[in-house]
Amino acid sequence: MSAPSRTRLIRRGTAVSLALFVLFLAGWQWGPGWLGIPHFIIPPLSMVFDEFLRMLSVNNLMLHTGVTAAEVIAGFMLGSLLGAFFGYLLGMSPTAEFALSPYILALQIAPKVAFAPLFILWMGFTIYPKILVAILIVFFPVLVNVLTAVRTVDPDLVNLARAFKATRAQIFWKVEFPASLPPLFAGLRIGSTLAVVGVVVGELVGGNLGLGYLLAFGEGQANTAMVFVTILMLTVVGGIAYLAVILIEQRVLHYMPARAIIGF
Amino acid sequence: MRLEYRNVSMRFDDGVGKNLVAVQNVNLTVGDREVVSLIGPSGCGKSTLLNIGAGLTAPSEGAAFVDGERVEGPNAHVAFMLQKDLLLPWRTVIENVMFGVEIQRVPLAERKRRAQALLAGLNLSDFAGHYPHQLSGGMRQRVALARTLAVDPTVLLLDEPFSAVDAQTRMLLQGELAQTLKREGKTALLITHDLLEAVTLSDRVLVMSKRPGSIIDEIVIELPLRDNPIARRHEPRVRDYVDVLMQRLGIDEPPMAGISA
Repeated sequence: MSAPSRTRLIRRGTAVSLALFVLFLAGWQWGPGWLGIPHFIIPPLSMVFDEFLRMLSVNNLMLHTGVTAAEVIAGFMLGSLLGAFFGYLLGMSPTAEFALSPYILALQIAPKVAFAPLFILWMGFTIYPKILVAILIVFFPVLVNVLTAVRTVDPDLVNLARAFKATRAQIFWKVEFPASLPPLFAGLRIGSTLAVVGVVVGELVGGNLGLGYLLAFGEGQANTAMVFVTILMLTVVGGIAYLAVILIEQRVLHYMPARAIIGF
Repeated sequence: MRLEYRNVSMRFDDGVGKNLVAVQNVNLTVGDREVVSLIGPSGCGKSTLLNIGAGLTAPSEGAAFVDGERVEGPNAHVAFMLQKDLLLPWRTVIENVMFGVEIQRVPLAERKRRAQALLAGLNLSDFAGHYPHQLSGGMRQRVALARTLAVDPTVLLLDEPFSAVDAQTRMLLQGELAQTLKREGKTALLITHDLLEAVTLSDRVLVMSKRPGSIIDEIVIELPLRDNPIARRHEPRVRDYVDVLMQRLGIDEPPMAGISA
C-alpha cells in the first residue's frame, strides 16, 4: 500500500470509528428509554457512570481493579514464559513432541477455566489459584505458536547456517529463535486477552478481591449498573495488556515491512 | 583439483520401500579457478550433488573431495548459494553479509572490513543499513553473493542463483558474478537451466542424464572473455555451443522452438 493511500485510510477509518463511538454512547444513553427497556436490564450510560463514581468511593473499585491487573500480569508473564519455553523445547526435539503431543492435545481440549474450582480447593481464597488459571489458559496458544514456528523455519535457512559450520546453539539463536518471533507475538496477543478471562473466572469462583468478585457481588445485589461498570473495567485491563504486547512487538519486530496494525 | 566427485551415487528411500536412485556413479573434477556448469533435466540430481559437495548430505556411495580432503560434513572451503536468497529478514544488509563469518567467530572488526569491501565491490555500500524487504530481488541476490564470498571459500557451489530474477537483472548479475569469480580467483560449480548462462559463464559444461542422473557429456567452451558474459554473448560460436547443448539434452526437435536459451 502506498503511503498517501495509507494515510487516507487511517484518516477516514479514524473518523468513522469516532462517529460509531459517539453513536454507540448516544444509543446507550437514550436507546433503552425509547425502547422501554427497564433500568435493571440495561441501565443508561449516565446511570452506569454514576455507579462508577459510587463504586470508586464505596466499593474500593481501584483496589479490585489493581488486584485483577496484577493477577493478569503475573499469569500472563508466567504463562507466556512457560509456553515459549516448552514450545522451543518441543520444537527442537521431535521425539519429545511425538511423546507429549497427545497429552498436550488433551489439556488443550479440556476447558481451562473448569480447573478454577480445583485450584481454589488446593490453594484457598488467595490470588494464586487465579494466577494459575491464567497461566494455564495463556500457556497453550503461546506454546502452539512457538512450536509451529520452530517447525516451519525454512530448512534451507538451517542448511545455510549448517554449511557455515554453525553449532546447534548458533542455529537456534541466530536462525530459529528470531524466525519464531512473529508467531510468538501473535500467540502473546491472544494470550494477553485470555489471561483476563482466566483471572476473572478464578475470581468469580472464590475469594473477595478482584473485579470477578465485584461481578458476583453486583449480581447478588441485582445491581446491573455495577456489573456493567465491572465489565468495562475488565475490558480496560485487557485492552492495556493487549496494547502493551503490541507496543513491545513493534519495538522487537521493527524490521518487518509496514503492516496493517491490528488493535488500534 | 579444487573439487572432485569420485563414483558418487545417491539413493533415497521413496517411502514405499523402494529405493530411488537420484544420482548414479558421478565422477567430475573442477580445477583451480575453473568455472564448470552442470545442466540437465529437472530432477536429475543436480541439487543432490551440490548438497553432497557442501557436506549437507552424505552420498550413498563414493565421496566428494575439496582441495583433496574428503568432504565429511560442512567445511569452510565451500560455500553455496541458491535460487532463494535466504537473507534473514531481521538482519540489515551488512549483518546478513556477516552471517557466515559471524558463525565462524571471525572478530567483529575483520567481519565488518570484509563485508564493507564486498558491498563496495557489488555497489551495495549505500544499502548496508537497509533491511532485505527494502531491496529488489536483484539486490537481494547480490547480498547473498556477498555473504557467500565473505567466508572466503575456495569453492562456490551455485544452484540456479539467478533463476528467480528478471532477465535484465540476470544479465547484470551474471556479469558481476563472472568478474568477482575472476578477481577473487574462485572455483565454481554452477547448476543452471539456462543454456546461454552455462555457455557464457563457464570454462566447461557437463550434461547430466535423466534420473538416475549421471554425466553423459562434457563440452569445453573455447571462448574468450569468461569474465565478461555480456560481451561473450556476442561471440558467434555461442549459438553453436547452445545448439550442441540442446541436442545433448534432446530438446532440439522442431515443436520445441520456444525454448529460451
